[in-house]
Amino acid sequence: MREITFSEATLEAMKEEMERDEKIFIMGEDIARQGGIFGQFRGLPQLFGTERVRDTPITETAIVGAGVGAAMAGMRPVVDMHFADFLGVAMDEVFNQMAKIRYMFGGQTTMPLVLRAPDGIIRSAAAQHSQSIEAWFLHIPGLKVVIPSNPADAKGLLKSAIRDDNPVLYFEHKALFPMKGEVPEGEHLVPIGKADVVKEGTDLTIVSYSLMMNRVKEAGKILEGKGIKAELIDLRTISPLDKETVFESLAKTKKLMIVHEAVKTGGVGAEIAAMAAEEMLDYLDAPIKRLGAPFVPVPFSPALEKFVKIQTDDIVQAAEELCR
Amino acid sequence: MDKLNSKVVKYFYTTMVRIRKFEETINEYFLKGEIPGFVHLYIGEEAIGTGVCANLLDTDFITSTHRGHGHTIAKGAKVKYMMAEIFGKKTGYCKGKGGSMHIADFSVGMLGANGVVGGGYTLATGAALASKLQNKDNVSVCFFSDGASNRGTFHEAINMAAAWKLPAIFVCENNQWASTTPYRTTTAIENIADRAIGYGIPGVIVDGNDVFEVYKEAEKAVDRARSGGGPTLIEAKTYRIKGHFVGDPEMYRTKEEVKKVMEENDPIVRFKEKATEKGLMTEKEMQEIDKKIEKEISEALKFASESPSPEPEELYQDLYV
Ligand SMILES: Cc1ncc(C[n+]2csc(CCOP(=O)(O)OP(=O)(O)O)c2C)c(N)n1
Ligand SMILES: [Mg+2]
Repeated sequence: MREITFSEATLEAMKEEMERDEKIFIMGEDIARQGGIFGQFRGLPQLFGTERVRDTPITETAIVGAGVGAAMAGMRPVVDMHFADFLGVAMDEVFNQMAKIRYMFGGQTTMPLVLRAPDGIIRSAAAQHSQSIEAWFLHIPGLKVVIPSNPADAKGLLKSAIRDDNPVLYFEHKALFPMKGEVPEGEHLVPIGKADVVKEGTDLTIVSYSLMMNRVKEAGKILEGKGIKAELIDLRTISPLDKETVFESLAKTKKLMIVHEAVKTGGVGAEIAAMAAEEMLDYLDAPIKRLGAPFVPVPFSPALEKFVKIQTDDIVQAAEELCR
Repeated sequence: MDKLNSKVVKYFYTTMVRIRKFEETINEYFLKGEIPGFVHLYIGEEAIGTGVCANLLDTDFITSTHRGHGHTIAKGAKVKYMMAEIFGKKTGYCKGKGGSMHIADFSVGMLGANGVVGGGYTLATGAALASKLQNKDNVSVCFFSDGASNRGTFHEAINMAAAWKLPAIFVCENNQWASTTPYRTTTAIENIADRAIGYGIPGVIVDGNDVFEVYKEAEKAVDRARSGGGPTLIEAKTYRIKGHFVGDPEMYRTKEEVKKVMEENDPIVRFKEKATEKGLMTEKEMQEIDKKIEKEISEALKFASESPSPEPEELYQDLYV
């Protein structure tokens, strides 16, 4: 299969979907003229015009809010947040409007709106441009949250998100944009809410997503060399969480580890650990292990930033401890 | 201008040259790969921060933006600690935790650069509120650019400052660009200063590349704020000479457009012309300042490169008191 980058994969998804359905339009800062900070929108205005590919003022509140309004009035907007960190600016529109409108109004409307949010640590971008905030949205009923780890899923999940009649947050790790991988041409849909068992194993289950999934895969290989067979699960979607896939694996391996770049406290790992403790305690042979960032904002200096990034070795070491 | 004392005139030149040299050095070392993160340069906009801050005391406050080195220098911060911060060193103003986009020097009232566009308005308004509540006569200046003028916080903060007659001054550096987006493609009005009418406060437009003009208008606004007259919205018209950030390929505009501004409207050149013409400073005095700054910047660079990185245990420091 041909290989393209994560960025190109999202671009392909946008093109295919915009060709298929003219109700889809996209708006965000510097997406038309510049083609997006990561080139993820390059060429779209030439294909679809600047009515459907809109550069906006710097006004996240209005961009998300207008997305909500347009979705209620029959369009299928895709909104680019520039950096996930700026979701904070539009938080009322996200959690009081976009997430609740359908429910509050008794199902009178759908909310086919996608927010694309580039997140994660990249090159000392510091505290306000490096965050992984996906867990905030896990706590909000009414939202779906997807978070691909590779180019093929990036395409498939974006297409599914655009076709979904519910609001979807699409987190894309900034460090993944240049990553190359095999991506099916044409129709390729990855279902929302279904985790992927990337590698089967019997000794422990490692659950992850986004950039960290790639570290987990590296760790899985190293562990194999050390005689530990880890089952690796890529969540792909964190809301709704695919409990069944995680539990099935856990029933087999009896050990659970969750890895994410976001702050460990109150993270996605906490939710999975709680679910496992509630429903799978009898199966567990060891304490659940969570790997996440320390409880600090992301510091600027590379000398400090490195301590908030999980490395492959950290995962290997934690897995070994768990299997000891 | 005739009233201007020679100390202020000297401050103009020294500060603008200090900013220019600092930024040129940062540019060079960023391109060499020695500076982490992202940097946004203030080259070509020196007259604004300089002309405004010349009216401020250490007890006055400013809030800044992602393009904050110039404001920080103009407010009186030391280039050596700034340089160290931008290099991610332990000896920097923020102990290496902030970097270029998050420099602050509270000792001179510089309340911080900001990575969030439009993040400064409400903070400056709050600082002004604190002055009022404490019966102090210090003022707060919020610097922002055209792109940021479309954030909702612009409206919320200016309205509050106006309604409560707070000692706040909102200085828009309209440099015609917000990243790759030209000002007029996202904003229907030509002058951001015209919005002042909607808040019942004065709105003035100044030539942002003329430090004398900026100084004069800022002086009026600062006096008004200090004496309880409330906020002013100043729009300084300027142009962003450099790319949005260092390394920006600038596909969205022509080299000629930029060159023309630099040749015809460089604020430092314009200062020199006016100062010489009016006999405010001699060529020799300027050369001495150039030399002094040259030395200061190379010492700062040396300090920054020789400074240690933060220690691992510093990761957890300063999160809580
Ligand atoms: C809330 C928010 N949205 C978007 C960005 C990304 N961003 C950084 S600088 C910038 C352009 C800012 O333009 P302007 O306010 O005119 O400032 P200038 O760069 O001209 O100084 C953008 C969109 C951001 N940092 N914060
Ligand atoms: Mg601007």
